[in-house]
Amino acid sequence: MNLGHLPEKDRALMVDKVSSAETLPSGSEEGTDSTPPLPFHSRAVGAILTLLAKFLSGVSVRWVGCEPDICQRIYFANHTSHLDPIVLWASLPPPARRLARPVAAKDYWTAGPIRRYLATKVFNAILIDRTEIKVRRNPIDVMLQGLGKTHSLIVFPEGGRTAGPNIGPFKSGLYYLCRRRPDLELVPVYIDNMNRILPRGEFLPVPLLTCVSFGPPMWLEASEPKADFLRRAREAVQRLKDLRTDS
Amino acid sequence: MDFETLSLVGSVLLVLCLATTAAAILNRFGSSGLDHGLIERLYGRVKAWWLLFAALAGAFLVGKAATVFLFGLLSFWALREFITVTPTRQSDHRTLFWVFFVCLPLQFVLVGLEYYDLYSTLIPVYAFLLIPARIALSGDHTRFLERTAKIQAGLLICVYCLSFAPALLTLKLPEYSPQLAEPNLPKPTFDEWAYLPTESEVSRISGGEQTLQEEPNFTVLSDGATPPRTRPELALIAESSDPVVAIEGTLAEPRQNTTWAKLRLLLFFVLMVQLSDILQYLWSKLPSKHIIAPTIHPSRTWEGFLGGSACVMLVGTALWFATPFPYWWQASVAALVTSIMAFAGSMTMSAIKRDRGVRDYGILIEGHGGVLDRIDSMCFAAPVFFHLSRYFLAAGVL
Repeated sequence: MNLGHLPEKDRALMVDKVSSAETLPSGSEEGTDSTPPLPFHSRAVGAILTLLAKFLSGVSVRWVGCEPDICQRIYFANHTSHLDPIVLWASLPPPARRLARPVAAKDYWTAGPIRRYLATKVFNAILIDRTEIKVRRNPIDVMLQGLGKTHSLIVFPEGGRTAGPNIGPFKSGLYYLCRRRPDLELVPVYIDNMNRILPRGEFLPVPLLTCVSFGPPMWLEASEPKADFLRRAREAVQRLKDLRTDS
Repeated sequence: MDFETLSLVGSVLLVLCLATTAAAILNRFGSSGLDHGLIERLYGRVKAWWLLFAALAGAFLVGKAATVFLFGLLSFWALREFITVTPTRQSDHRTLFWVFFVCLPLQFVLVGLEYYDLYSTLIPVYAFLLIPARIALSGDHTRFLERTAKIQAGLLICVYCLSFAPALLTLKLPEYSPQLAEPNLPKPTFDEWAYLPTESEVSRISGGEQTLQEEPNFTVLSDGATPPRTRPELALIAESSDPVVAIEGTLAEPRQNTTWAKLRLLLFFVLMVQLSDILQYLWSKLPSKHIIAPTIHPSRTWEGFLGGSACVMLVGTALWFATPFPYWWQASVAALVTSIMAFAGSMTMSAIKRDRGVRDYGILIEGHGGVLDRIDSMCFAAPVFFHLSRYFLAAGVL
């Protein structure tokens, strides 16, 4: 990656972040987890899947102006491939990974026993019913419940997979989520090249190299309009993309 | 392990230790006056060499299959780096699947099975016909020739060329047998000229006293069949009156020696490639500079190329004792050609990098370059070194 256009401070910061990516501050865990810890077999499957995802996608992870942490966060990323949640989940360091719950579509991830097992037992995903949105079981409520006091979320605010490498407009769910929990850190994530590894409409992956970049955290400003906030969030992901392709 | 292998491995270890020490000393005391980036790059290089050497040594000890597998993995990683920086369209997806999961493994399986006829044609003939046909089937004709050429170039450089490095282990070497050293034992009589040592080799080993018959004998076994091609020792067993001599002297020993000789040949090749990389780089650092192509590679100079190649040739000649080449000048020629091809390889891959606007192929480890940046010179040198060795080792040709 070319970091030539970054100021000296940021470059030093980034190198620092890359080296410290595996060492997390420990002991700062607060509150009790509402969900019970995952059983051994799902942790084993998770470890195997992580290795497999890392090998197949050759993922390199960058923390640009952001540090891995176990505080409550929302990781929001661009979405081009079915493998995106797995790759993003696998590229988090283990303590953060155990707390991160991908938000996924119920109709896709409960079709068949394998997907259901992976979603509920391994990724500990929060499944959202896309076909039937009820007022009483609002998706935002489901996400807030899944967050609890310790967990983080992995969301794809484009609402679905986009066909090309361009980032689509963000859906408003992210905004309503932040309105209810303005304390959460929002971490933009750009997943590069996944649209070539497993594009929409293909079922066999090609093992190219991918890169996951985590950007500086942002928050919902007080009385920030919805459209402005969503544009700002999308631009944060776009900046990470430009950082990758700039040369 | 025999003496030649031990001394070759020993000298490699010695050079590696020296390089590590030099890098460490430079790192500690050379902060004033010397370019810090240069030292860091040297450190990275030395680390990569240790890794390469350790992986090769491990694979050698396990066997030929492991060595072929190791190069297969290297090739897989190089190809994914190549295709990652090369833009392809979504309609090339299925073609790429064929390339990664059929062509690449098949090539290395064929090398492992020693099907020379197949592995030397699989990619430049069959895969090169398959790729455009599969792209055409996808129904997308945008920049058709360009897309075809990109995938073909990746496959040729990263897979086909590199597979000739482990293919060195499948070369037929002239058999070494104790008959040459001890004239009392029966001479090898065998209908395959490739197994007969040349006159000069006989004189080299036995001190010039022994001469060989002009025409090879055609041995006919008791059942009337000619001895099989690949088992010359069978003919010797049939002829030798003493079975202990036959087994101890000719069956067990030469096989062992041949395996180690092949491994030494591969190690010699890897060593020459790495040496030409570093020597050409060091010679390029000399003050008077005639840069060859500044737009492609700003630090490659004619001094670096010529001086580095000459040094590699000298080292290659000095290491002749460890190679299976019958004549000393063959080791020199092989080393020189390796150095020239290594130069051609890194220039070509630099041109591709410049065209794509990237500094390194690897985006895997920050600042360390990619696998392809390390082995680009090896890719270009491997097939040429292979065919040169094949020609030199077919005793009787020269």
